[in-house]
This record gives sequence, C-alpha cells and structure tokens, in this order.
Amino acid sequence: MPGEKSYEEINQKIKEGKAVVVTAEELISMVDEKGVTQTTQEVDVVTTGTFSPMCSSGAFLNIGHTIPKMKMNNIWLNDVPVYGGIAAVDAYIGAASVPENDPFNNNYPGEFKYGGGHVIHDLVARKSIHLEAEAYGTDCYPRRELETTITLDDINEATLFNPRNCYQSYNCAVNLTSETVYTYLGMLKPNMGNAHYATAGQLSPLLKDPYFKTIGVGTRIFLGGGIGYVAWNGTQHSPGFLLTGCNNEKKGPAGGTLSVLGDLKQMKPEWLLGTSVLGYGSTLTVGIGIPIPVLNEEICYYASVKDKDLYAPVIDYGEGYQKGKTDPIKIASFAELKSGKITINDKEVPTAPLTSYTKAKEIAVSLKEWIACGKFTLGQPSQLLPGPDNR
Amino acid sequence: MTSKRIVLRFDESMADKPVISYLVSDYNLIINILKANVSPQKEGTLVLDILGEKYKEGLEYLKQQGVRVHALTEEIIRNEDKCINCGACTAICPSGALYIERPSMEVKFNSDECVVCHQCVKVCPYKAMEVHF
Repeated sequence: MPGEKSYEEINQKIKEGKAVVVTAEELISMVDEKGVTQTTQEVDVVTTGTFSPMCSSGAFLNIGHTIPKMKMNNIWLNDVPVYGGIAAVDAYIGAASVPENDPFNNNYPGEFKYGGGHVIHDLVARKSIHLEAEAYGTDCYPRRELETTITLDDINEATLFNPRNCYQSYNCAVNLTSETVYTYLGMLKPNMGNAHYATAGQLSPLLKDPYFKTIGVGTRIFLGGGIGYVAWNGTQHSPGFLLTGCNNEKKGPAGGTLSVLGDLKQMKPEWLLGTSVLGYGSTLTVGIGIPIPVLNEEICYYASVKDKDLYAPVIDYGEGYQKGKTDPIKIASFAELKSGKITINDKEVPTAPLTSYTKAKEIAVSLKEWIACGKFTLGQPSQLLPGPDNR
Repeated sequence: MTSKRIVLRFDESMADKPVISYLVSDYNLIINILKANVSPQKEGTLVLDILGEKYKEGLEYLKQQGVRVHALTEEIIRNEDKCINCGACTAICPSGALYIERPSMEVKFNSDECVVCHQCVKVCPYKAMEVHF
C-alpha cells in the first residue's frame, strides 16, 4: 500500500537516531493540528503507558541448587507461599499469594499488608528475602529442609511472567447496595457514593491498537522499568467493542489483554510495586509501555483517539458483578470519568481512578526517550494476537 | 476547665438530625465548629472545639445516636515517596482534602481540610498516607 512503512524502515531510522517518536498524548495534538495523513508521514512511533494494579502477575524463579541437592516442594519467601510444583529448584511467586497466618478477611476488611506483590518488589529492590523450603527427599535430591536468605542477585534466573496484564478497557465500579463493599476496584460507598475506574484512557496501550494490528507475540515493551516482551494474548482476552443501544453502536475497544514477560533482574522497584487492596488482597502494580509503529494511516488514526471517544462500562459491584450481571448501568467516556464526576440516573457520582495517569505519562515519555536515542528498537511480532475480526 | 477538640463522623442517615443543637440545649455545651462537611444524604464529618461540664454526657449522647467520635490529636501526612498519584483515595476522602488537580491528574493533599478520619490511611494501596502523633 502506498505510504506504508515497514518495521525494518522504522528500526533503521531508530538506529540512526532519526526516528520521530511521540507519546499518545502528543499524537492527539498533532492529528488535531495536521490531520491523520500528514501525521502518519511525519511520525514513526507512538508510545503508550499504564501503571495499575494487575493481579495476574508473578515471577518464575530458579533458586539454585544446594549441596546436598533438594527438590523443593513447599517454598516460602518472607512467609509468602510460593508455588513449587515445577522442577527441583524452580518456583513461581504469584502477586496475590498471602502468608498462611495473615488474618485475611477475618478482621474485615482485611489489610493484606504483605503478599507476593511485595516480595517481587523487595526482590527487585535488592532486599534480602527469607527463604524456607521443605522437601520429601528423593535418592537424587536427598535434602529435606532449607532456611536461608537470598537476594535477586543470588538466584540463577528470575523472569517476570504475567498471565494477564494491561487490560484494554475495564469496568468502572459503583455500589448500588446500602452497605459499603471492599472490592478489587477499591472501597465502594453505598448508594453510588463513588465510582472507581482503571486504565489510563488515551494513554493506555491496548486502547490505542483496538484491532491488534501491531501488538503481538514478540512485541518489545517497557515492562517494570526494564525491557519485556508480549508473550501471548492474556488470559480472558476478549477483543472487541463495547456495544450500546438497540443498534449495538460501537463505543470503543473492550476487553483485550496481554501476557507479558521479561528478565526481572533488569527491572526497577519503582515500576513494580507491592499493593494492598483493603478487603481484597495483595497484588502487584505494574508499569507497562508499548510502542505502536505508525505503519499506516489507520494505525495512526486509532492511536490518536481521545478520552472522549474511549469508554468504560459502569457496573454494579455491590451485588450485580458477583451474580454475573454484566449489563452496564451506563457506558461512560474517559473524558467524563476523568472530569471527577459522572451522572447516573440524575445522580452525580464522584469518580476516582486506580491507575496513575501521571505515572502512565512518565512511562510513555521514558519509552519515547529510549527509542529516540536508539537504545530500544521495535520487535516485529512473529504472530499477531486475536483481534475483534479474527477471534 | 479547658476545651477539647474532637472529630465526629456520621452516616448519611444522620445528616439531617440536629444533634449539635441538642448538645447545646440539653448538655449546655459551648461549641465552636472548626470544620464541617455536611450534605443531605451523604456521610459527613465535623471537627468541634467543645467546652462544658457535661462534656462526657454529651459525647455519650452522640455515640448513642450512632455518631463516631475521635479525639483530634493526630495528623495525617502524605509520604511523597510512596504516593504514585493514582487517585484511589480521592473519592473516599470526605472533606475534599485529597483531590485531583486537572488536567495534570496529579493528586493533591490540603492538610488544612483534613478531618483525620483515617479513611485514606486504610484505602491507600501503597500505604502512602500515614498517621503522625
């Protein structure tokens, strides 16, 4: 197609320090000013970002062999249970794992002060971590117990491998009941006292490539302050569009997700934060930024869509969500959500985000700088992910 | 006799009840309202400076009415190193002390407006809001 750019051309420009890279926010202004055609000609890469709690996160660790050797079965890091049901000294620490002696929600709402997400943060912060392991003992792996301290630098490998991150659009939660509820979208006051939403709207990676034309297996990304890759689509990947009204009018992208991975040892603690969600649990707040190559006008157009044309469904988390009622009470634009209030059934409801927009912007700017200085080239996907047209 | 500073927190069902009037008429207390956040059908907070012999009886009356009473001896501080400016606290804060500045979407904390209700301390996912004595 005339005017199409290739990954090779863009990467060549990046290596020569000649690539034009802008953040998704900057692209919006450019398209407003110059139109899609001219902007497509001028811009090579658009950077996006998001910084949000992402529960389906964790890390594969290879702890290293002891003498005598041990096939670790039950493993704890700082008292947080780690999955040991893989090879002898391989383990998986999940962000939502919580110590067995945590009060959980017995002391409602539970505080979940320390869990797997915090362990991952502490590992990346190079703190000493208390390791305990038990084994049943085998002829080749006779050792049965181990108690020691480790740091991220002591262990062989650590790979952040998150099965589901970077949700495209996400529910905005309200509470229609007369009692406060504590959810993974925060504390929701009774009778629609507040509305909590997530994602960074117009900066959010998957909202800017709704047809998955560029993001696929092998896309190189900003992950946790280091370099990571898209491994596959995330679990529960549901690309498509929010539909509304009797005509099923399309209202912006829906529920695409990504599975991402990267070497934990080169990530930064400020972009992988242990997170305690009151009454819900422990999780990990993950910084992700994805570059979108401006291969053609269509890609440029979708990357320049604004908050006013991106939407989130408003769902009742008081009791509707629990019962699988997914019909939105309202579909609200990010422009409305970010304004601080939305109107539902004539009631003005205060809104608040759980995703840091300022940090999302910092990620998009960092990624832009990495690319502009030639440090980060684009990874051409070896396979694109299922999109709305090829699920 | 010295006055005492207290924080009252009450649910939306209490917002239209004239409890402060009864503190004056039935308990003969001298009340200076330092901060108030009262709206119909909304949970609210009051910070009072109270003086009077029947102080304890007055507080007992408030508690019987379902008002939660705390002494104002603490201060809430934001740990700037831990705060990521997400905004999760801003629709929870009852006094508007925590709010989002637009269009930057930065979270601001105006401690003059804070009524020390501890809600932000509980809900902050990053433990960035701290109680100082």
